[in-house]
Amino acid sequence: MKFLADITVMPQKEILDPQGKAVKLGLHNLGMDAIDHVRIGKHITLEVDATDRTAAENQVRTACEKLLANLIMEEFSFSVVPIESEELTVKS
Amino acid sequence: MKYGVVVFPGSNCDDDACHAFGTLLGQEVVKLWHKDHDLQDCDLLILPGGFSYGDYLRSGAIARFSPIMNEVIAHAERGGYLLGICNGFQILVEAGLLPGVLLRNENQTFISRNVYLKPETTHSLLTSNLDPNRTYQVPIAHAEGRYFADADTLQRLNDNDQILFRYCDAQGRVTPEANPNGSLENIAGICNTTRNVFGLMPHPERAADPLLGSTDGREILESLLAVTV
Repeated sequence: MKFLADITVMPQKEILDPQGKAVKLGLHNLGMDAIDHVRIGKHITLEVDATDRTAAENQVRTACEKLLANLIMEEFSFSVVPIESEELTVKS
Repeated sequence: MKYGVVVFPGSNCDDDACHAFGTLLGQEVVKLWHKDHDLQDCDLLILPGGFSYGDYLRSGAIARFSPIMNEVIAHAERGGYLLGICNGFQILVEAGLLPGVLLRNENQTFISRNVYLKPETTHSLLTSNLDPNRTYQVPIAHAEGRYFADADTLQRLNDNDQILFRYCDAQGRVTPEANPNGSLENIAGICNTTRNVFGLMPHPERAADPLLGSTDGREILESLLAVTV
């Protein structure tokens, strides 16, 4: 069964995010002074074959811990949803 | 003593490293392709600078899983010497062979210029021949060189004398102004606790040939020749 994972990798809160800081400055230059705490991370999507949702989540967690995020500087979160097979989406 | 320079797709300082160790220092050097598993009996391995795998995901993150890295890690765990320069340093921290990480430079830009380094200790092969009372002018060329580690790790690095180089000014003063990229405590290079794995962001191999204007880097690399195996 195929699952779609939606993964978010963000710099840890205590680490200075100069990219977010620069973007905040840009937004303030646009007059949007009410905006604060801009932080920039990564959004990763991937498909994974697994017997069930728990197995899919375990694979995604391993991928995040081993490669997609560096836990010294980043944190990650993700959601996993089953991808409907083509047969199911075909309208009769 | 035989030197091996590991070549990843996107490495671009492999020839500089071979030129410095081979042509300039007269050592036996071979290139090791990242897909190989044979270290060809090299005594000291060098992970050169560059943009391995296009710096995708994070600098060094994908190179860390290149086939040859199994042997490189085993070599280091046996006590073998391993030097990572720039992207090589980034690969070493991603592989967990050195503590901490290298973040995007504080000013968000790629910095390519000469900096001054102060050797922090002579208690490591890489700095054994250096004079802690003078500065060494060596170029940096990176976008992700801001050394970061949590407070405990930083304390351990200091306590164990693992900090090899700090960025300083021409007079050897370690000041915030002399810190090009926002590295914690001006850290430019470190070693592991067993003192056989070295990582630094500056490029000593690019300051080894008199034609290039400085031979300060050559003195750093020459320290490595002090060992006989």
